[in-house]
Amino acid sequence: MKIRLSGADIDGPRVKHIERVTGEDLKHCYQCGKCSAGCPVSYLMEVPPSRVMRLLQLGRVDDVEAANTMWVCVGCVQCYARCPKGCSVASVLEGMRQIQLRKGTGPTLIKDIPIPFLRKAPQQALVCGFRKFVG
Amino acid sequence: MKIPYYPGCTLNTVSKGFDLSARASARSVGFEMEELAQWNCCGATFPLSPDNLIALSAPAKVLANARKGGEELTTLCSVCYNVLKRTNAVMKGDKEKRSVINGFINEEYDGSLSIIHYLEILRDKVGFDKVKAAVKKPLTGLKTGAYYGCMLLRPFEDRGIDDSERPVIFEDMLKAVGAEPVEFPNKIECCGAHLAMSNTGLVTKLSGNVMTSAADNGAEIIVTSCPLCQYNLEQSQTALASATGDYKPMPIIYFTQLLGLALGQPVETLGFEKNVWDAMPLLKKKGLA
Repeated sequence: MKIRLSGADIDGPRVKHIERVTGEDLKHCYQCGKCSAGCPVSYLMEVPPSRVMRLLQLGRVDDVEAANTMWVCVGCVQCYARCPKGCSVASVLEGMRQIQLRKGTGPTLIKDIPIPFLRKAPQQALVCGFRKFVG
Repeated sequence: MKIPYYPGCTLNTVSKGFDLSARASARSVGFEMEELAQWNCCGATFPLSPDNLIALSAPAKVLANARKGGEELTTLCSVCYNVLKRTNAVMKGDKEKRSVINGFINEEYDGSLSIIHYLEILRDKVGFDKVKAAVKKPLTGLKTGAYYGCMLLRPFEDRGIDDSERPVIFEDMLKAVGAEPVEFPNKIECCGAHLAMSNTGLVTKLSGNVMTSAADNGAEIIVTSCPLCQYNLEQSQTALASATGDYKPMPIIYFTQLLGLALGQPVETLGFEKNVWDAMPLLKKKGLA
């Protein structure tokens, strides 16, 4: 894959905004890949956790936003528990999700919630799910 | 010994058996759980983006109310434990955020509460040796898989309930009540959590991996401390059983239900009837019910 990099993107306001919301220094990641290896849902992610970090380091915010990754991350925080550099990809993805939700552009999946689930599921599933998907 | 107790939303309804068996077991080993006079939902998720302070106001309100009645607070649900403990760390360690959050909730809370999980009370305050001494019906030969899930363990920068990669607190409790803990690799892997709301396939796969991992290592029953894990693991077994003919669903219960059984509580008071996969046949087979 050929990609075009620019200094303006790498140090651009979008990357800075992500760093501010997520509280993470994206440049700390040195691509060991332990997050992607330990992530229980990376098999479903269009961009796995370690590549999220690399793309953001390169200013490729659109590539991450276009992927399903931030909506699939379950927030188990295994990535952070195992990161030798103390980076939390879960925080980065949650922050990026928040940025979408605050703009009103994230998917709200309320209508798709199955009725049997609503009848039987513990309340905490709904509270947590709404927090993650609605903001 | 009286310890202030925060039940959280789910333990008063769908997981009532968890709450009742825990309270009765506490009395058997010498402490009383005193439910907070006033409490609200903790929010069921700790916000991972640090600028999201409004999401900390609900758990901070719980903590502020609890502090008015004591210096410590216990809870059973893994998610409540995680959210309250991490919120407390923010309130204690970050002066600026504390001030903003206290402004939201109209309180002056300083993070001076100590959040302890029920398992920690058993280990650190009561002692597993005393739990063992109080056992009336040892669960001999019951091969039990202890499923920790995520929220009891991660991501506590200072040591949480136990080592986040190799926890043993559950297994130690199981040994104290005479059961046989089964080691299985997926005991700290995620069940899929709230994605049950939007992505059933993913949850079935993750929870299914946990269950097959436990079954392959000889578990006959699973104990957990999280109502959402319990729900997801139970649901996954329906799909597992229909997908592979040789998978046999097993009961998934709360650890306090097993504890209560060992401490001599009548089996009909433990709330097993709420389980999708009935524990009674197994308990009868083992001579425990």
